Amino acid sequence: MIDERDIFEIVAKQAKVEPSALTGDVLLSDLDLQSIDVVELVFAIEEKFDIQVPYSPSDQDTAGISFKSVGEIITAVNKLVAEQHPAKA
Amino acid sequence: MNRVVITGMGIVSPLGNSADAMRESLAKGESGIGPIQSVPHDGLIIKIGAEVKNYDPAAHFSDKQLGLMDRCAQLAVMASRQAVAQSGLNFRDGLGAKTATIIGAGVGGMQTLDESFHRIYAEGARRAHPLTVPKLMISAPMSHITMEHGLTGPSFTVASACASSNHAIGVAYQMVRSGMVEAAVTGGTEAVFCFGSFKAWEALRVMAPDTCRPFSKGRAGMVLAEGAGIFVLENLERAQARGAEILGEIIGFGMSSDAADIVLPSVTGAAAAIQACLDDAGLNPEDVDYINAHGTGTYANDATETKAIHTVFDEAAKKIPVSSTKSMHGHALGGAGALELAATLVAMQGGFIPPTANYLEADPACDLDYVPNTAREGTIKVAISNSFAFGGHNAVLAIRR
Repeated sequence: MIDERDIFEIVAKQAKVEPSALTGDVLLSDLDLQSIDVVELVFAIEEKFDIQVPYSPSDQDTAGISFKSVGEIITAVNKLVAEQHPAKA
Repeated sequence: MNRVVITGMGIVSPLGNSADAMRESLAKGESGIGPIQSVPHDGLIIKIGAEVKNYDPAAHFSDKQLGLMDRCAQLAVMASRQAVAQSGLNFRDGLGAKTATIIGAGVGGMQTLDESFHRIYAEGARRAHPLTVPKLMISAPMSHITMEHGLTGPSFTVASACASSNHAIGVAYQMVRSGMVEAAVTGGTEAVFCFGSFKAWEALRVMAPDTCRPFSKGRAGMVLAEGAGIFVLENLERAQARGAEILGEIIGFGMSSDAADIVLPSVTGAAAAIQACLDDAGLNPEDVDYINAHGTGTYANDATETKAIHTVFDEAAKKIPVSSTKSMHGHALGGAGALELAATLVAMQGGFIPPTANYLEADPACDLDYVPNTAREGTIKVAISNSFAFGGHNAVLAIRR
């Protein structure tokens, strides 16, 4: 499993808030993140965990991956790390 | 004010390397999109594009010329040769000084830059090739066009991302209209097919993995293209006096800026440019019988453009055929507007309305007549062609048969 704090930190940095202000239920749409901000967020996650995220701004549920809330991001990244780096998971 | 007509057109595109080839492809609804041939697929997520095919540089340029010309300049010069030959004009007998050369490009010599940086960073080369700078300059295609034809009048390159061509053609139109010059060579070019730029475009997550489906439900984004479209414009009196064949008339040009977001489009900005174009041309909404849409196939553009068309055309909107020929020739960035003006002109000549290819089913956010999948017989008398760029720079041209 990934360290959830990494996701909280990446989201907090992109949203310009303190990580302590975030919970799993917080929606990206509540953080005033535009679609290009989410694209940057996905890039930061891909770089951090060395994974490929099949995310498209036009479809938030691409390939079963949902990125609407912080909790969903954690679930999705755990799934992708398990698929793409079975040894680490 | 002078009336401004088009007396020459040159096309090097994924739909063929002549006006005839493009007309035939558009009429059949054939797409030039396919697996990329010019970039190795290893390491790419997006492996499709719309490339210029059947083009052998050595058949058109000397070794010395090729050493000085990035592909974006080669395509532009090839298109300019077609356009100038069709116009029948000779610029070396004094006319060159009274002719403007205004060319649009979005990024310029990307292949040259990519190769040079790869040599230096990846291969550890100690020096760049001495002609790297003159090849990568965004203005170089325009420079080579002036040298090719002896065009000694005003000349510059316009860069406004995906609206570069429309801005270039619009400015050239205004220069001929005002009488500042007698003629203009104008249009746009782009050739960005290299590994580095594909990785950059992939990262924006606006690229479709399958194909370009503008305005359709299930659209997944744009498809990158390369190509050039070049036109010869001249004032009507001059063209008539020498008995030139007139391919069409440019009757209006409208521009606006969103001043809002570097990537997201705006209904207000797009509508303002369309309205400005209609006003400039003295057109009412019901006068327009075809809209060549910007229609990139991205989620954001197509819904926004649809709203902008509703805003300007109101009740007439649903009666006007709107198509995105990017569904067939892809998105040539700084060359896009030129390919789309060419598509509009050849369709006018051919008596048909070009389709939006790859259309699957209606999206509730896109509720106009997009001429899905099959070209329609019909006479286009007056058309507009939209270009809306990243950065919010909107440029719309109006043309008449």
